[in-house]
Amino acid sequence: MGERRMTLTDSSIANTQKINPQRYDAQSLAAAIEQRFASAVSPSANEESRFDRTLIVTQPEALPSLAQFLFWDAGCSFGGLIVEEREEWILRYVFRIPGDGWIHFILRLPLATRTVPSISAQIHAADWYEREAEDLFGLEFEEHPRLGDFILHDQVWQEGLAPMRKAFDAGQTHLKKRPKEDWHPVLVVQDPGAFAMPVGPVYEGGIGESVHFLLETVGEDVIRAVPRLFYNYRAVEKIAEGKSVLDALLLAERFSAKSAFAHSLAYCQAVEKIFEQQVPLRARSLRVALAELERLRHHAGAIAAICQSTALTVSEAHAAIVEEQLLRASCAFAGHRYLFGLNTPGGLRRDFDAQNCRNLLGTVDTTSRQLHRLEERLRYSSSFLDRLEDVGIISQESARDLDLVGPLGRASGLAHDLRRACPYGGYERYRFEVPCEKEGDGFARLRVLFSEAQQSAKLIHQAVESLEPGEICAPVTQPSAGAASGWVEAPIGAAMHWIRLDREQKVERYRILSPSFRNWLGLHVAVEDFAFQDFPIILATFGLSASECDR
Amino acid sequence: MSSWFWHGVRRGIQTTRYPGAPETAAGVSPGRPLPTTFASPEQAFQAASNCPVGAISASKNIASVDLRTCVWCQRCHFGSSNLLNWDEGYEWAQTPATKKDYSALHSAFGQSLHVMVVDAGDCGACLHEVKQLNNPLYNMHRLGIFLTATPRTADVLLVVGPVSENMRGPLLKTYEAMPDPKRVLAVGTCAITGGVFGKSFMSAGGVGMVLPVDVEVLGDPPPPLAILHGLLVVAGRKKPTTAPTQSREEA
Repeated sequence: MGERRMTLTDSSIANTQKINPQRYDAQSLAAAIEQRFASAVSPSANEESRFDRTLIVTQPEALPSLAQFLFWDAGCSFGGLIVEEREEWILRYVFRIPGDGWIHFILRLPLATRTVPSISAQIHAADWYEREAEDLFGLEFEEHPRLGDFILHDQVWQEGLAPMRKAFDAGQTHLKKRPKEDWHPVLVVQDPGAFAMPVGPVYEGGIGESVHFLLETVGEDVIRAVPRLFYNYRAVEKIAEGKSVLDALLLAERFSAKSAFAHSLAYCQAVEKIFEQQVPLRARSLRVALAELERLRHHAGAIAAICQSTALTVSEAHAAIVEEQLLRASCAFAGHRYLFGLNTPGGLRRDFDAQNCRNLLGTVDTTSRQLHRLEERLRYSSSFLDRLEDVGIISQESARDLDLVGPLGRASGLAHDLRRACPYGGYERYRFEVPCEKEGDGFARLRVLFSEAQQSAKLIHQAVESLEPGEICAPVTQPSAGAASGWVEAPIGAAMHWIRLDREQKVERYRILSPSFRNWLGLHVAVEDFAFQDFPIILATFGLSASECDR
Repeated sequence: MSSWFWHGVRRGIQTTRYPGAPETAAGVSPGRPLPTTFASPEQAFQAASNCPVGAISASKNIASVDLRTCVWCQRCHFGSSNLLNWDEGYEWAQTPATKKDYSALHSAFGQSLHVMVVDAGDCGACLHEVKQLNNPLYNMHRLGIFLTATPRTADVLLVVGPVSENMRGPLLKTYEAMPDPKRVLAVGTCAITGGVFGKSFMSAGGVGMVLPVDVEVLGDPPPPLAILHGLLVVAGRKKPTTAPTQSREEA
């Protein structure tokens, strides 16, 4: 089993053994970088470091070893890659220091540059970010083994389109397409009798989101699983450019509806930093309540999907009823079933009266009790557990290697939660636990979902009970230009929105680092070496969103 | 293990009585904006300029709404001044204005409707609301409506999303694989006019740009009952809705 799993993870297992238990905070990390990379990294003194800790990488060739040090020796998490085209290329590598916030590394290159050092060999989680930058900006990453045919599918688009370049006009609706006529998927498994089973992009009667899977097999076990995503790519980051802050907000909350509130919150937090708005206390508490309401609803839906995948229909029905009750409660409480149109830079667009809040708490209590009862019953349903236990395992090493986020990472022993690690928007005021499991199998993921749902219900209670009368939205007093990031722990995991506003407060560059984008990369680890009939179950326990990944 | 049966039966029937009787539970629908008469033309103009997608237009002191482009952002519902009236309800399926010769499916198909769903660049909301029709609270099976996994047995193609370029091919293939007679149902503002994604190099700006649409379901997203109404309209078991009339009460 070990040899089959390709070379990707081999080097990392060697790497994990070197994990240095030494914990850095921001200061000691800066000192360590100063000591090791004195000639390659310099502090940033300009406006780039106004909101985020920023260091400049002055020698591009030092980037891989810097990445190796940060991720494996210093134990940082990789946040993502943000590419910007201004007077020069600005590549922004975002890292999170365990327990001490974010740090950005900026690499500046002349616009004529076409090749950039790759860090995918050091940080496997960076793989897709580099492939994305290659497809959308035309940047070549040196020695990256697999570039091209990622977001722009080769059977639809020609190579070298680079739609995120500033010169590319997003409005051209009759763009000439020159697809590769003879495109076919790359098959790797060469055993006698090997074949590839294609699934999607229209499958499950279309109720599944548009994703394509290529499952290579010799019969029973899936040997290689390649998800092919971006069927839902709507170029959200491109069409946001040039829009006003409030118009781009519509895109921020609507590219992925299942976590609309979380993403609009991250967006608003970034804008609030640039505009120096202080969000009133009442709006903060309500934002926490609404974000947790969304998490509770999302997890109920994810639990229903897992029950459905194992064909235990009564439990599916019970979880689905809970989800619909929460959708109705969201609509009765806030006017929209998916909580659209509530967040706005500075706070919330509307206030809620006490009776409305009491009704919400009533529904939250009922539904969390129902979920608890459902969990108790599922724990004693042996046929159900047989489908989940020891299925789709992601070891802690693999999870760390791919830097998985959210409930998926927490089920494999990575106790990262931005609400705890980098508190935002008032979470530091509330008491809650971050459920964490070690097994990394389907059942562990289900248990994490159930426990998080209970924690969310508690948080909603605390947030609503701590409500104080007051303003709901801070006005914009000094609209200004600049770049800042906002982050949230979305239902699927850590999400960051990074935005640069120009002098007229129009969006110059908007970047969404979404948790699904990160976690889809881990699917192959869980699916490979398990049987075909486990595939839908593993997929359900992952609970990922294609639209959140594709943007 | 057998206790699941007992747990299922004990909960009793929770399914909505729609279309037999209207559903009145709180939160089944977000409602929709209505044409509203204001005291002065300035107020109507202000109301129109509040709309981020230009769905509201002012004529004298009346502000009217184009629900095909409305994205349900609620900016004319909560918060600012010059708010529009909103109605309750969910029967929002209509035939496109361009489609003069619409006819519902023959009743031989309408009593057992097989639906093929395609996610063509959806944000997940409309797709999720379609999924809710399988929820026991809506349970579309009781009306003889089924989701089918293959286009070969489908009568209706239900499309959500603005049709992303990467999904254009799979969508057309699915449509072509369906036998005649067939109908296309566009669900949600994105599927009707492109919604917030509009028209770009990556978004066709609505299903109508790619396929002939027979019935549109308004809403962003339309609540499950609106989608159910759309399916019943396709089956010829319900009448399509007409444009909302101006509400009587003065704003």
